[in-house]
Amino acid sequence: MLKRNQLVLGNKTLKDVTDDICAPIERVPSKEWMGLFLSAKTLFIFYIITIAMVVSTGMGLLGVNHPIAWGTMIITFVFWVGIGHAGTLISAILFLFRQKWRTSVARTAEAMTVFAVATAGIFPLIHTGRPWLDFWLFPYPNQRGPLWVNFRSPLLWDVFAVSTYATVSSVFWIVGMIPDLATVRDRAINKVRKTIYGALSMGWRGTAKQWSHFEMIYLVLAGLSTPLVLSVHTIVSFDFAVSGLPGWHTTIFPPYFVAGAIFSGFAMVITLMSLVRIGFPQFKDYITIDHMEVMNKIIMMTGLMVGYAYGSEFLIAWYSGNDYERYVFMNRALGPYAWSYWIMIFCNVVAPQVFWFKKLRRSIPVMFVVSIFVNIGMWFERFVITVTSLHRDFLPSNWGQYAWSIYDTCILVGSFGMFFTIFLLYLRVLPAISIAEVKPVMNVGRDDEHAHGKGH
Amino acid sequence: MGKKGTIGGIAGIFLDESTTIKAATRVRESGFTRFEAITPYPVHGMEEACGIKRSPIPYITFGAGAVGLLAGLALTYYTSAVDWAINVGGKPMFSLPAFVPILFELTILFAALSSVGAFFYLCGLPKVNPPIIDKDLTCHKFAIFIPENDVGYNSERAEKLLKELGAVEIKKVAEF
Repeated sequence: MLKRNQLVLGNKTLKDVTDDICAPIERVPSKEWMGLFLSAKTLFIFYIITIAMVVSTGMGLLGVNHPIAWGTMIITFVFWVGIGHAGTLISAILFLFRQKWRTSVARTAEAMTVFAVATAGIFPLIHTGRPWLDFWLFPYPNQRGPLWVNFRSPLLWDVFAVSTYATVSSVFWIVGMIPDLATVRDRAINKVRKTIYGALSMGWRGTAKQWSHFEMIYLVLAGLSTPLVLSVHTIVSFDFAVSGLPGWHTTIFPPYFVAGAIFSGFAMVITLMSLVRIGFPQFKDYITIDHMEVMNKIIMMTGLMVGYAYGSEFLIAWYSGNDYERYVFMNRALGPYAWSYWIMIFCNVVAPQVFWFKKLRRSIPVMFVVSIFVNIGMWFERFVITVTSLHRDFLPSNWGQYAWSIYDTCILVGSFGMFFTIFLLYLRVLPAISIAEVKPVMNVGRDDEHAHGKGH
Repeated sequence: MGKKGTIGGIAGIFLDESTTIKAATRVRESGFTRFEAITPYPVHGMEEACGIKRSPIPYITFGAGAVGLLAGLALTYYTSAVDWAINVGGKPMFSLPAFVPILFELTILFAALSSVGAFFYLCGLPKVNPPIIDKDLTCHKFAIFIPENDVGYNSERAEKLLKELGAVEIKKVAEF
């Protein structure tokens, strides 16, 4: 039989697991955490000010104009929604496939999903230009007729997809955390902490009946999240694919977007986990090099998938015999935005190839650098898709360049401030590894009879 | 006795999961039916040992999903084809394929939220400050609690049984 490494290192007892995972919640934050948090928070405030300026002055501050009406807002929206997908893949899809290694990364990955979708959700709301009227996006009886939303528009599908995804992911994340919050509550020595975590854990006691329902709801939510996550990026890709624009109007978009989303999301998980391992050294026994290695394998595989999609798009553009389609792709690789295309190819297709080597796949500095490359590359993928398709369409008299402004940069950079502020707060106040899920994969206090008995 | 909705009884504390499973099986064979096994994490095989039936949540999921699908269908049909039909690109008023994403998302949304509601209801959550037997039961200890209203309950018999089964500590619980 193939022997696998232990999922949790260091011969922990059940009590050690609880102590290790609860430690960051129960002690004064470290200097490193404070430093990171203050910088992230400063960036977040800067982001809020930028948004306030864009909203109060108008979208004209950004570079979007004719012919490039979709810019940073849409590019960065797709980028952040994509980041979220890896979290659901780890917490739901790998759960259905009984991949036990997922247990120690699932909580943080799902948190990343919730925060990334929250970060993403702001962009289309501002992109509407008049965010104070955003409630018009939802079909509600109104005094304008009632004039209903257009259910035939992919943009409206997106409203439903992203809001459902945000709701279901948050619920999945919160329900999965209830038993662990009860653990923190029962350990609490001061009254304030006991009250807060007591309220959050909703009175969980861990009886066999409760666990039976808990395991069922976890399975049901995982089963519902799996088609949901695939539908979300499919529908995001419909925003492009349903239009008639060359470079957007292709049937490869849904699978290509989903693969890209998982690719970028895993890169973000690697980035965050490398930092978590540095910030909280006791987590190294739970998020081991083996965990990082499997995620790097997924990065390499999905990287090959997006690489295949890039090639396939070129082939089909040529094979279609359509002049406009052919031109768009030649223009992508050789036109004024060729630099962005080749950054994308280098970061997404070339860089992850280092993971063919086991030594590099298991090296934290190497995977950290590659994950940053992939994050950059995937942002540029969306830039390439959006901007290069729009900037030269059917009529040369309609051509133009994207007038990138300083506000575009501020919005893009600032969104990381929002994401990291929430993420760092999460690491500090909630159990970052699922305590109740890690314990069963440790084989502590179990007979062989039970470990290999029926049900396996 | 004790707070409203709670019950007293005898609890045995155990230190590992295999002893707890065996103990639960034996307690059940001894004729008790209302006992509770409290564990810090979901223990494989505990449902069989305690005789707990499969959770009915999936039925709720299916029902709510079907309602969500029909609700989506009703919403898109009524708003696009009945209340104020607008010709968009010459497509039929009731252009079903274009509504599939909406139907799908509403199916998932209804199913997920109703299942979570059912989960809270079935688990008796949320509960304000429920009495607990031992603080370590959410960390590294396991317990079997036999309530005083159980079939053939006798505190000495229950205590003796739990001790025989390997309980390291016996607690007289006033309310659980």
